[in-house]
Amino acid sequence: MEVLLNDFSPGLFIVQTILLLGLIFLMVKFAWKPILNSLNERETGIQEALAAAEKAKADMQNLQADNDRMLQEARSEREAMLKDAREIKEKMIADSKEQAKLEGDKMLKQAQAAIESEKKAAVADIKSQVAELSVAIAEKVIKEELSSNDKQLKLVDTMLSDIKLN
Amino acid sequence: MMKVSNTIKTLLQLLILCFSLQSFALSDTEQEGAVSTKEEVDEYILHHLKDSHDFHLFSYTNDAGERKHVGFPLPVILWSSNGLVTFMSSEFHHDDNGEVVVEKNGSKFVKLHSKIYELETGASSVNFDEEHHATNAHKVLDFSITKSVVGVLLVGLLMLLAFSSLAKQYAKKSIPTGFGRVLEPLVLYVRDEIARPNIGEKHYRKFTGYLLTVFFFIWVLNLLGLTPFGFNVTGQIAVTACLAIFTLIIYTVSGNKDYWMHILWMPGVPVFVKPILAIIELAGAFIIKPFSLLVRLFANISAGHIVVMSLIAIMFTLKESLGVAGATGLSLVLSFFITLIEVLVAFLQAYIFTALSALFIGMAVAEHDHDHHHDEAGHEVADTEDVRADFI
Repeated sequence: MEVLLNDFSPGLFIVQTILLLGLIFLMVKFAWKPILNSLNERETGIQEALAAAEKAKADMQNLQADNDRMLQEARSEREAMLKDAREIKEKMIADSKEQAKLEGDKMLKQAQAAIESEKKAAVADIKSQVAELSVAIAEKVIKEELSSNDKQLKLVDTMLSDIKLN
Repeated sequence: MMKVSNTIKTLLQLLILCFSLQSFALSDTEQEGAVSTKEEVDEYILHHLKDSHDFHLFSYTNDAGERKHVGFPLPVILWSSNGLVTFMSSEFHHDDNGEVVVEKNGSKFVKLHSKIYELETGASSVNFDEEHHATNAHKVLDFSITKSVVGVLLVGLLMLLAFSSLAKQYAKKSIPTGFGRVLEPLVLYVRDEIARPNIGEKHYRKFTGYLLTVFFFIWVLNLLGLTPFGFNVTGQIAVTACLAIFTLIIYTVSGNKDYWMHILWMPGVPVFVKPILAIIELAGAFIIKPFSLLVRLFANISAGHIVVMSLIAIMFTLKESLGVAGATGLSLVLSFFITLIEVLVAFLQAYIFTALSALFIGMAVAEHDHDHHHDEAGHEVADTEDVRADFI
């Protein structure tokens, strides 16, 4: 202990104190402060960059998801539209078939009715002509039959015999 | 960076030039002869451990049998009874036994075992008692630029150059290049492994400057002590005491209410124990903590120097029993490995000093915003922080 105390130099202690104070002051001012500040800045910069990258990644994922969702929607919309179109087409075809059928039926009926009436008219016409013709023939036949007394008598005879037969 | 290394190179060249030019002074051969016996080795080692007033590099004996010393003198600055006195250390002519008397400003000075004494008025030479203590001379306040001060200045200059150039690099780029790339991880290491965990996220920034300065100061000086220049700055008790007192002042000044409460009136213990604990805690805070800091560093570095020099001295002391080659070989191998260990110790002691400083500061600024857990009887259950504090 005595040796230690003897070795202790108060002068060196004072000089060292002054030099150390100066060194701490200069180092803090010219070295540590700028170095530590830059290191902190760099670290926060890195942290921010990492956070930004993470955010960008998340954004990207969101975007991707959005895109997927939109694509899905578009696809289902297309499906729906196609389905609608198909339905409409089928409906239209069915409608027009129906329509055409109705129209055809109607026309057929009209044609049948027309044919029927034509037929009737033609039959009536034929009937009247046949009647006229028969009358005319009958007139001529009668005129011929009744042109002489013999013939008239013969006719009466025939008729009388016919009646007998009946 | 190139500029800095060039500057350092130029400085070193200048220094070497100084050494070679300043081959100065000689004294009688029997006093400062070659070191060969065990006693001389012991004395040489003890002499080395002390601070010195000149920068001694090596000695040799020339053809004429004169002992020559190569080095350069350093300024001696004294506060004597007649005021401030300055002269160059070369005026003592390498005398360390109080034989050469230097007279300045009406005061007479002698150098005795690396200390400068002022003679009492009327005395013309030093008288010694049986224990070789000077009887008619007293110590003076010695502000000399001693070898240790040169070491401190050199390290301070190197640190300023290296780290201010690193600081300048950040202005232009965010990742340093060259030597800065080596320094940056060290700075980060001190900040993230020493300051941050020991002091805590909230307060560490304020003390990091001091811790960084102290860490690099001690480390580089420790390493400088391993060079053949023979610095022993961190083995000077005045230097380590100064460092420890800086830490003491910092943690005393920045201590918060909780810290003082735990020192002066420990919560959670019976009242009659409190004053006893206060005495123990006060002694711990003001004596034991700084003393442990200053002695640990001083003792480790001094011991390292003693061991390395003793192993080198094997070359001379075991010359007779092992032969020249054997003694030299043994000395080289042992001192090589011990020097490797000393390189580790240089870092370790810087780390320990800084980490303990950080820990002491951390204990002083720790915020007890967490409530201590209390058991059923109302006594505090020690949390990890308190347990850790008990170990220091």
